[in-house]
Amino acid sequence: MKPAPFRYVRARSVDDALEWLAREPGAKVLAGGQSLVPLLNMRLARPDVVVDINGLEGELAGIRPEEGRIRVGALTRHWRLETDPVLLEQCPLVPEAERLVGHAAIRSRGTMGGSLAHADPAAELPVVFRLLDGTAVVRSLRGRREIPADRFFQGYYTTDLAPDELLTEIVLPSRSAGQGWAIVERAARHGDFAWALAAALVTVDGDGRIRTARLALGGVADRPVRLFAVEEALGGERLKAARDAVRELVPRAVDPPDDVHAPAAFRRHLAGVLAEQVIAAAVHRAQGMDPTKER
Amino acid sequence: MDDRIPIVLAVNGETVRADVEPRLLLADFLRDRLGLTGTHLGCEQGVCGACTVLLDGRPVRSCLMLAASADGATVVTVEGLAPPGQLHPLQEAFREAHALQCGFCTPGFLVTAVHLLRENPRPTRPEIREALSGNLCRCTGYQNIVNAVERAGRLMAGLGTTDD
Repeated sequence: MKPAPFRYVRARSVDDALEWLAREPGAKVLAGGQSLVPLLNMRLARPDVVVDINGLEGELAGIRPEEGRIRVGALTRHWRLETDPVLLEQCPLVPEAERLVGHAAIRSRGTMGGSLAHADPAAELPVVFRLLDGTAVVRSLRGRREIPADRFFQGYYTTDLAPDELLTEIVLPSRSAGQGWAIVERAARHGDFAWALAAALVTVDGDGRIRTARLALGGVADRPVRLFAVEEALGGERLKAARDAVRELVPRAVDPPDDVHAPAAFRRHLAGVLAEQVIAAAVHRAQGMDPTKER
Repeated sequence: MDDRIPIVLAVNGETVRADVEPRLLLADFLRDRLGLTGTHLGCEQGVCGACTVLLDGRPVRSCLMLAASADGATVVTVEGLAPPGQLHPLQEAFREAHALQCGFCTPGFLVTAVHLLRENPRPTRPEIREALSGNLCRCTGYQNIVNAVERAGRLMAGLGTTDD
């Protein structure tokens, strides 16, 4: 299968790309292409114009630490994010998630911005973005705006981005002292799209009790979900009680779809199992222990 | 929609100039325009890995790149892994370990494994399996492919094979 014909333009600058998006309502941005080109090949997408932004790494790629946060250029490739020393130090959940993204060849071209803009509900970076309450910086000829993570994803492969808007930057919080984190997924093979994935962020007091907890799941709905009720229930609990709570509450808190890859009951069960694993791993990490240690 | 895009790129060490239709995939450019048919198309979705080539030193799915996007790039295909008439140690290892049958997936495995061994010269078997998880084979059952990569890694690191 080959793409239907389209016009191809190479953006010479971000402003140039924005001009094209404003002028051509049928235009699609081509970044890493790891999600768009399969759609073109299968003719599920038939844009009139493809705006190639791969030449804009100078403006749109890079990892910049600031006070309490990190600004990631939308065009930064997965493989860079996997090994970047700033992220490993200040936002280690991202490199850990990147190891789960597709395969090496996908990570060579794919970008963080593309992953968020494509909004596959079983993708890793959208779950991390939602867990961390990141901010998406978006530009168009009409101006610049910021979209918080809880408004960014609107449904299956649907975001708050308007057709003339370009995601330019993602802002993520730096980790604070004593935070533990973890991400885990299950798929048929390493690198496949996940049946379900879970990510957690916790802080633990000196007594071993959870002080704060965040829990996000992917693959169980039309977008990444935060389980706020479960997060609240974990406050003040020690690990064993927390695991019991997660095992009981999470399957009841999700309503996953039935599809050709997995039945709903399986995803529901898997959500509980993975949520328990990430809470335990995050707590171990927060306590300075090996996160893979079973207790 | 008939506008051709001029591109200049290096393929297996040679400079190539061409005018390409916007929708021409890099894989089809390599195969049909340059006659480098070692790169294979198995799925055109990026999942099977048979189309994998090295672009600027990294493995990429040539079925998911437009030739137009490859302007200015350095591409190495399976044909470029070793000088003409010679075999890369990985290719030797694949032959010795009977790591191919029909050979359709093989170029993709070789390119992916070349990159693996550059990044991780002595991978463990689980590491090999994980690195090759993006390449599908319908014939061999993968065991001999893992053996071949392990064997080549040891040879390239000067360690000798386990049957020495």
